Amino acid sequence: MNIGLTLFAQSLVFILFVAFCMKYVWPLLKAAMEERRQSIAQGLAAAEEAERKLGEAHSGAQEELANARAEAAQIIEQARQRGSQMIEEAKNEARAEGERLLESARMEVAQEVNRAKEGLRRQVAALALQGAERVLEERIDRGRHERMLEKLAAEL
Amino acid sequence: MAAATQTSSEYIKHHLTNLTYGQHPDGTWGFAHSAAEAKEMGFMSIHVDSMAWSIGLGLIFLFLFRRAARHATAEVPGGLQNAVEIIVEFIEETVESIFNHKNALVAPLALTIFVWVFLMNLMDLVPVDWVPELAKLMGVHYMKIVPSTDPNITMSMALTVFALILYYSIKCKGAGGFLAELSLHPFPSKLLAPVNLVLECVTLVAKPLSLGLRLFGNLYAGEMIFVLIALMFSAGFVFALVGGLFQFVWAAFHLIVITLQAFVFAVLTVVYLAQAHEVDEH
Repeated sequence: MNIGLTLFAQSLVFILFVAFCMKYVWPLLKAAMEERRQSIAQGLAAAEEAERKLGEAHSGAQEELANARAEAAQIIEQARQRGSQMIEEAKNEARAEGERLLESARMEVAQEVNRAKEGLRRQVAALALQGAERVLEERIDRGRHERMLEKLAAEL
Repeated sequence: MAAATQTSSEYIKHHLTNLTYGQHPDGTWGFAHSAAEAKEMGFMSIHVDSMAWSIGLGLIFLFLFRRAARHATAEVPGGLQNAVEIIVEFIEETVESIFNHKNALVAPLALTIFVWVFLMNLMDLVPVDWVPELAKLMGVHYMKIVPSTDPNITMSMALTVFALILYYSIKCKGAGGFLAELSLHPFPSKLLAPVNLVLECVTLVAKPLSLGLRLFGNLYAGEMIFVLIALMFSAGFVFALVGGLFQFVWAAFHLIVITLQAFVFAVLTVVYLAQAHEVDEH
């Protein structure tokens, strides 16, 4: 319990230890810790940046998708319009064609009727001629009476 | 255990005596063979056990921390580095919250004080008879293994801190500024300067005294209680049992005390140095 030289010896040791700690321990530890702190901060910043970029890419993709969807809808709408237009055109064409066919059939029928009328006329003329021959009991010279017969036939 | 030939008071006295090397009254140098002989040596003596244990513990501290510092990388830290960094960070935060001047010495100083004093205090938890009995077997008669129960050790650290307080006070405030601070507080009047000077000098001197004696007193008392508990071990089976319980409880409580005292010593050092750096406005 005496106060003695220990006091000085221990002071000297204390100073040496503190000096050693100050020179060879503290700065190294501090440097390493500071370096780690910075690298962690950098890592966090990089992660944040990556997240931000991901968000950006995501919204870009969303926009692209929306564009594509709108375009597709537009194309479908165009196709639908074109389809209905084509159907309309085909209908019109068919109607015109039908009318044309009907017209030509009608004309043909008229021609046929005319032809039949002609035939009948001729037959009637021939019958009339035959009848006249019979009545007259003599042959009529076809060549001489041709004009007259034609006239008759036309009158029928 | 106390040897059969010892009385209780001899046992206690034996535990409180340092292994002392010094100058005998007849002028020769040598180890003291009894407490009385050590006392006769007076100032010209050195406590070999205190010095050896404190230097050894200090070297353990420096070795571990130096090892961690040398291998310190910014990569994922290992176990030792992690433990060391926790302590360093704790000290750094504490220092930063108290001391806001630029000084490269204060933080390493606080770290050294905290860890070293903690290790010295930790020796208090080693059962009181183990090492002394072992030393006795090797022919060494006195062995105190807790350096911080030696006032020489605690006061030497406190006085070194005191020297730093004086140095930084004069460096930061100038000799005149320091003197002005001492003589113009607490009463800001030139007439009362002598009174102030006396009061402030008492305050100033009280700093190292309280610093060193607080640590010494706490640890000395703790050590004493461990010694008294150890006395119970040789007083019969029931006493030994109760003593064992006491020892456990006291050791558990003491764990808090030794950490707290190490921390208080470090923090007060930082506080005193911060005060030394503060330059007054008037």
